[in-house]
Amino acid sequence: MKLEGQVKIPSGCAISAAISKDGNKMSGEMIINSMKPMHDRSNGLGGGFAGYGIYPEYKDFYALHMFFDCRDTRKECEAFLKERFEIVHSEIIPTRKIPAITDEPIIWRYFAAPLKSVLVSLQLEEKEFVAKTVMKINAEMSGAYVFSSGKNMGAFKAVGFPEDVGVFYKLEEYEGYSWTAHGRYPTNTPGWWGGAHPFTLLDYSVVHNGEISSYDANRRFIEMFGYKCTLQTDTEVITYIMDYLLRVQGLTLNEAASVIAAPFWSTIAAKTDFEDQKKHTYLRTMFPSLLITGPFSIVLGFEGGLMALNDRLKLRSMVVGEKDDTVFIASEEAAIRSMAPNAENIWSPSGGEPVVIKVKEGAF
Amino acid sequence: MQTIDAANLDYKAVNKALREAGNDCIIEGCCGQRFIAAGMSDKNLTINGIPGNALGAYLNNANITVNANAQDAVGDTMNEGKILIHGNIGDAAGYAMRGGKIYVKGNAGYRAGIHMKAYKEKIPVMIIGGCAGSFLGEYQAGGVIIVLGLHKDSKHIVGNFPCTGMHGGKMFLRGSCENIHFPKQVTARCASAEELNEIREYLSEYCSDFGYSEDELLSGSFTVITPDSKNPYKQMYVAN
Repeated sequence: MKLEGQVKIPSGCAISAAISKDGNKMSGEMIINSMKPMHDRSNGLGGGFAGYGIYPEYKDFYALHMFFDCRDTRKECEAFLKERFEIVHSEIIPTRKIPAITDEPIIWRYFAAPLKSVLVSLQLEEKEFVAKTVMKINAEMSGAYVFSSGKNMGAFKAVGFPEDVGVFYKLEEYEGYSWTAHGRYPTNTPGWWGGAHPFTLLDYSVVHNGEISSYDANRRFIEMFGYKCTLQTDTEVITYIMDYLLRVQGLTLNEAASVIAAPFWSTIAAKTDFEDQKKHTYLRTMFPSLLITGPFSIVLGFEGGLMALNDRLKLRSMVVGEKDDTVFIASEEAAIRSMAPNAENIWSPSGGEPVVIKVKEGAF
Repeated sequence: MQTIDAANLDYKAVNKALREAGNDCIIEGCCGQRFIAAGMSDKNLTINGIPGNALGAYLNNANITVNANAQDAVGDTMNEGKILIHGNIGDAAGYAMRGGKIYVKGNAGYRAGIHMKAYKEKIPVMIIGGCAGSFLGEYQAGGVIIVLGLHKDSKHIVGNFPCTGMHGGKMFLRGSCENIHFPKQVTARCASAEELNEIREYLSEYCSDFGYSEDELLSGSFTVITPDSKNPYKQMYVAN
């Protein structure tokens, strides 16, 4: 029998997200339930969640979520971290033993702050240092993976169906102002723990339904800036592209969306708003290697907000709806209805049209 | 009339219950179950809740009424029958349908009527009451697509790139469509009285289904788009 990875199974993936604009806390239970009607979009080879606002007691520290293949790797990695960070708290991430989730690695989290002396000697800004450290561990430390590295947020992922992964990680015990979720149906790459979504760097997290045709072109470009694609799947590169465009280049979310899902030249040429036309021409010219082609619907999570985006040809489905102060995004309307049966203003954004939702200033 | 409570059923169980039920059925509490009524004949089905993807795929002469929105690929490859949607529909509705009718009160997502075809007496018809997304009638090879642009607010009646790769069938868009860019291989012109007569029967049925006035609907002009078979479509995905 051929193993997954040697064969291609064409299908779906599912994404879902919810955010309270007032910053109200939601337990992880609702987002788990949203994945149930979309069960058939996944095949049990990956599921995951990201929650924002879940660690208020450690909100000033980077929450490093890590997979280790064995105890020795963990010890080695902890020694490495202690030379660079003040670790205020470390623990095993609580999980439940359930038959649906097996072969788990050692899963730990560290709440840590970079040592000032190290930052001064390296002349690095804090976030840049954390990002570099994540890249170094993932690329160089065999058997150790950082799968979450933001403040007051965390990713939880595993091999399994998403609704089981949520139960495994006891997500009903966490409360966040925004959540994203993913059910995986890997088509080209292995289904393994590090390959489940979300893919994160600092507070950015990406869940993705689709397949990036331009992966290698994007990877070659982004690796020139110190990012290393080590997780054997395409979505990872989207996270690094967003980190590069938003944090390093300082683009706005809408501008970054116009880079990765750039309109066709013919669409730009037909624009009657000449300022807008000039901007799009500039962005396509400046960052041609960061155009992401192929089908995608993604939800980008970040501190205080979410952005949903489809590829410019809209080759994947995505629906947005709202109820009171909460906005929902999902691959299918059924997922939204399972979170909010009376959701209103259900609509489908056009290809390349970003939907940005932010929590009110000061509410998170 | 038999009622199927779909609340805790997966798509296989829903379809099994449907097959075993009589001709007239209601599904209550539907939430994303796929392939409902796939390949079925001789049913009058009403769905409350949100049916999942590929509703009525390969439908073979059944009638389906949905009292809410429907998701992607409604009527995928359907052969005969009628699907009536009181809300909006997702992407790729009527994918490769070769017969039957899909009537939608609201809007359609991307790629409605993609690769619709016709064969002898089989002429599929899709009517969208609101507006349609981009790539409407992509690779259309036959059949009739009508978009009415009712309650469209300020949006265009159709998104970008309509009729890309169209090489058969007819498309009717209500209004003059001056701002819409069509590809070179199709001809868009004001529909003649004769051409409107061809679709009058469908519009009349649509109006009685959704309670619109046929006279009012036909009072304005329609644009008809047909392929110009002398100029096969050019590549779009590469020359971008």
